[in-house]
Amino acid sequence: MKLDCALRVSHPGFTLEIEETLYLTGISAVMGASGSGKSTLLRALAGLETPQRARITLNDWPLHDSVAGLCLPPHRRGIGYVFQDARLFGHRRVLGNLNFARQRARPANGGAPALDAVIAALDLSSLLERRTQGLSGGERQRVAIARALLANPRLLLLDEPLSALDLGRKTELLPYIRALPGRFGIPLIYVSHAVEEVAQLADEVLILDAGRVTARGEVHEVLERPEAEAVSGHFEAGVLLDARVRRQVPEFDLTELDLAGQHLTLPRVEAPPGTPLRLRVRARDVALALARVEGVSIRNQLQARVLRIDAEPEGAYAEVLLDLPGAEPGRAHLRARITREAAANLELAVGQPVWALVKSVSFDRRDLGSPERNQG
Amino acid sequence: MTDLDLGPVWLTLRLAAVTVILLLVVGTPLAWWLAHTRTRVKPLIEAVTALPLVLPPTVLGFYLLVLFAPGAPLGAAWLGLTGETLTFSFSGLVLASMLYSLPFVVQPLQGAFEAVGRSPLEAAAVLGARPLDAFFTVASPLALRGYLTATVLGFAHTLGEFGVVLMVGGNIPGRTRVVSIAIYEQVETLNYAQAHVLAGGLLVFSFAVLVLVYALNRRYPVHTA
Repeated sequence: MKLDCALRVSHPGFTLEIEETLYLTGISAVMGASGSGKSTLLRALAGLETPQRARITLNDWPLHDSVAGLCLPPHRRGIGYVFQDARLFGHRRVLGNLNFARQRARPANGGAPALDAVIAALDLSSLLERRTQGLSGGERQRVAIARALLANPRLLLLDEPLSALDLGRKTELLPYIRALPGRFGIPLIYVSHAVEEVAQLADEVLILDAGRVTARGEVHEVLERPEAEAVSGHFEAGVLLDARVRRQVPEFDLTELDLAGQHLTLPRVEAPPGTPLRLRVRARDVALALARVEGVSIRNQLQARVLRIDAEPEGAYAEVLLDLPGAEPGRAHLRARITREAAANLELAVGQPVWALVKSVSFDRRDLGSPERNQG
Repeated sequence: MTDLDLGPVWLTLRLAAVTVILLLVVGTPLAWWLAHTRTRVKPLIEAVTALPLVLPPTVLGFYLLVLFAPGAPLGAAWLGLTGETLTFSFSGLVLASMLYSLPFVVQPLQGAFEAVGRSPLEAAAVLGARPLDAFFTVASPLALRGYLTATVLGFAHTLGEFGVVLMVGGNIPGRTRVVSIAIYEQVETLNYAQAHVLAGGLLVFSFAVLVLVYALNRRYPVHTA
């Protein structure tokens, strides 16, 4: 699906100006700090906010063209929207909320997905007769997502749907969202300021800063860029790794993963061998050694090669970018945040083989982008 | 002592019912507009809407009498359209009562629409609901308490109207003699027994209505999304 979008929204003290063509498949994330304009962008796409100047087309179907004086109202755009605060209708029960959308569903593309399929996908069968006021935050968002799907939108926008939830609920909800594009054949645009969520969900990422797009591209690549760091903060900087489950080690409750031919262990993940997992490793959780270290509690030691050293001109730290032999060459696979003093002392140089020491615990369960962790 | 004349009671109930129904029809768009507008003249319109709350009924009645007179443009137009004068007629009373009770209907509705806010309407719109559809299926049910309060207060306030009726409608049995006027006349003629029955009835009814309003307010809390 092709989304052509050129728009300008001005509020006092803030301007959002965007000119992008997005090819939407799977989940595209818009990431930015609060006030960067990401919600404004989403509202303008849905027609809830009218930009001063805009040309928005979806698959060459014009939604907004301020030159031609065209601006489709939200109810005619066929764009679904999941709000941060769910916005369920309090005068209807859960099923009533779902039926509201079904009765107004777009007839195109064979109509709305089957009610049963949506209820199953979001695990709502036990909630249907409940009043919305009694639902937990996570349940409300599941109902809101189901309701949006049942209106049969061509594109679904999610505006920080997890930001009001605690960590446990977030973890619960991520797999549901991740499965949506595959299950219902609908692209998602997911807005968030949380790098963890984006890392787990997104295929493509667009970074917004002060109303402008500062970076855009495939998620692994973009999240390694400094523009991403500007959103997430230096402390959270890291990389995404794609690994596969190799085998289970039941006696220690561990799971062994295969990462480009090397092994990693982490607390047990309930998934059969061969299951792909997305891991996120923060730079501050990686230490470096010149040789394999014996007699140390850190189990995960990976052979790597120094790709680049970024020393802070002022400050104590340096960031070392590493690549793993056997993995896709030329890209940073790991980042290590160490002191400049350590870098000098070890006489690190580009091309030098090193061992990257990754604490097992740094593969936090919530960092796993797979529905299976839900059962853990 | 003659038998109690129930004519004024029926007339009063009819007047209150017609007034409230018409006020809900006219007051809903006005309240909706006041709840959602960002225009700078909003305080002005709000003040005009609230005027009947503070104005002595005789003042309102006096101006209406002038407007309704067959020689005045409004009165003449009405006479031409219906063949009936607005002064000293039931239609005139309805029109006067609508102005007199306007704030009692518009203010609860406006408050309810403001409490509902734009959020549920946006949610309805992105699910494919047209604005009017969203109004009837989302905003109105969510504002139900406002409607109940507006209906009950508008009805009760019209029942108790005296000054405006006296100025515009006079005291014509079967046409403009409502309960409050009838009580006044009974007292004038020192017929205290009948005055007691009518006054007591109005007191009990008004009290019951207010109990109902407060009970409904507890029963139907404003729904939030």
